[in-house]
Amino acid sequence: MNETSTRRIVIEPVTRVEGHGKVTILLDEQQQVRQARLHIVEFRGFERFIQGRPFWEAPVLVQRLCGICPVSHHLAAAKAMDRIVGVDRLSPTAEKMRRLMHYGQIFQSHALHFFHLVSPDLLFGFDADPTVRNIVGVARKFPELAKQGVLMRKFGQEVIRATAGKKIHGTGAIPGGVNKNLSIAERDALLEEAEPMLEWSLAALKIARDYTLEHQSELADFAAFPSSHMCLVRPDGGLDLYDGRLRAIDADGEVIFDQLDDQRYSEQIVEEVRSWSYMKFPFIRDLGPEKGWYRVGPLSRMSACESIETPEAEKARREFIDFAGGRPSTLSMAYHWARMIELLHAYEKVIELLDDPDLQGDELLLRGERREEAVGIIEAPRGTLIHHYRVNADDQITMANLIVSTTHNNEPMNRAVTGVARRYLSGATITEGLLNRVEVAIRAYDPCLSCATHAMGQMPLVVTLVGPDGEVIDRRSRP
Amino acid sequence: MSGTIEFFIDGRPVTGRAGQTILEAAEDNGIYIPRLCHMKGLTPYGGCRVCTCLVNSRAQAACTQPIAPGLIVDSDSEAVREIRRQIIEMLFVEGNHFCMFCEKSGSCELQALAYRFGITAPRHPYLFPRREVDATHAGVFVDHNRCVLCGRCVRASRQSDGKAVFGFVGRGPGRRVAVNASGGLGRTEAATADAAMRACPVGAILVRGEAYATPIGRRPYDHQPIGSDVEEGGTP
Repeated sequence: MNETSTRRIVIEPVTRVEGHGKVTILLDEQQQVRQARLHIVEFRGFERFIQGRPFWEAPVLVQRLCGICPVSHHLAAAKAMDRIVGVDRLSPTAEKMRRLMHYGQIFQSHALHFFHLVSPDLLFGFDADPTVRNIVGVARKFPELAKQGVLMRKFGQEVIRATAGKKIHGTGAIPGGVNKNLSIAERDALLEEAEPMLEWSLAALKIARDYTLEHQSELADFAAFPSSHMCLVRPDGGLDLYDGRLRAIDADGEVIFDQLDDQRYSEQIVEEVRSWSYMKFPFIRDLGPEKGWYRVGPLSRMSACESIETPEAEKARREFIDFAGGRPSTLSMAYHWARMIELLHAYEKVIELLDDPDLQGDELLLRGERREEAVGIIEAPRGTLIHHYRVNADDQITMANLIVSTTHNNEPMNRAVTGVARRYLSGATITEGLLNRVEVAIRAYDPCLSCATHAMGQMPLVVTLVGPDGEVIDRRSRP
Repeated sequence: MSGTIEFFIDGRPVTGRAGQTILEAAEDNGIYIPRLCHMKGLTPYGGCRVCTCLVNSRAQAACTQPIAPGLIVDSDSEAVREIRRQIIEMLFVEGNHFCMFCEKSGSCELQALAYRFGITAPRHPYLFPRREVDATHAGVFVDHNRCVLCGRCVRASRQSDGKAVFGFVGRGPGRRVAVNASGGLGRTEAATADAAMRACPVGAILVRGEAYATPIGRRPYDHQPIGSDVEEGGTP
């Protein structure tokens, strides 16, 4: 081995993200960070073992990828299977039930991420003692806030239960529609519980917003970098988390592609395989693998959409855009602010839908002319989620391709970790400060590593530093 | 009274009619004896052994054992419950039963029995057998991964439908349900409306177009354990 080759640092497993990650930092002979990699070392193979199964199982089967946002997989698969059974447009009752389920999920998932996973970093600072910088620490010092977090998540979960039958892994969406409507009793129970949620959502938004404004200069130098962004938008360019057409913009906000039919996503999105990760690297075809990477998720949605249809969230979006100077934000940490705008939007949509009598309608299922191939795309809490299936004449799935939010954010997360390592690695030792900051940068993307490789398990964090000749120089882990 | 037989179930004096099995007489007395292969209208089979009772201290299948005067039937002791638990657990591990995405979940008799017996995980290692699905029939989907060899489809096809679509082949661990045509169910005279297609207690024989149509909360075993209808004195 050549003495002038690189050195490596590994951080694994990453804590307070959904799933199991490991970070390697490669050093060159001058002890400078050459590259940092977030490894995804799990393999689960849903795309393979779903082959041969009947297509109607997919929405219920694939949601088992995740216990945090299973509704996303449930709905993305259901949307694809709607097309398989020849339904391009659901009945109003079915579409609104599904939207309600989805907004309930956005609300609970964003609340979980912000209060349970992120708030310790924002409230105590990155360098606070890890034994305090956790949800228990938040509950001790800010009991009211912690309680709100728990109750907000619960509210979102109750919306899911009312629409899907269960809080986790329900069966509400079936190919061509839904299996239930919303009873008056279910509606009234949710409305009663919803009462304090607006105030709490606004308060959570304020924490994220104020944090970003107060730490502007620090965050500008923390995992910040320009990037392209992608998300679904409505025909008028407005935000739509359940359905729409794909739009991608570059770092200046210029459109790369717009109003791309979800069934034709593969004309623009290509996946590259790299040997050191089970997670693929998607890129925009026209831009190529080097320049074609992009971000997805709340930051991208706030950057790429032109409006939000609900008033409070739209007000918050305008402030967010003004803060970024009218351009796509470069700050990884601004994901938190954007996420809380969406939390507010989800709340507003839930209330709007609960007031809609279509939810008590009886037309639940439609059927059309059978197709053999279809795509379902949804804006999951963590970003754009693509499900693509082929089904044979006997109703068996013959091909499945799932591109999840965390996979789209693969390259951005690697860049975020590389940026943090370059800024904070000093010498050949992994300090607690570096460990903390690597975690915080990854967590901004709310990655679900489990989903991204369709893998299971949750473990704490380890970082390894590896030198030019491949030897491990340092290794630091947190139980 | 002529034809009336007195015997005991779990220490309780009960009566039945001559010719009844223990399982049938127990039902008439509001006592549920768990079962899988038994189905009203079909010949008793004694295949699954889930209805095992200690009859005068000997293990017997309640679905095939006729009642007799003075019989002492133990159907609810811990020893009997443990025999049934073991049988149910073995049924789980020798097939590929993934309740989490099975469309029969909530109306599956095997799953409902496991809940009734408080089985959270089998104590035996899973065998993960390689089994096939048969998707050749336009109206019915067959998933052999979930078959428990209860033979209800085999008997229903013969006795209710007057056909012989399903039958057993192989012996011992190699035993499985097959159809009477090469090329799968789609090549047989099976009709979607056949009683055999509704006889399966698990998710092995599924009529297409009905999956997950019943929401969670309205499925047969969502709120009450299997057998509650018998225990409440109704007709199962």
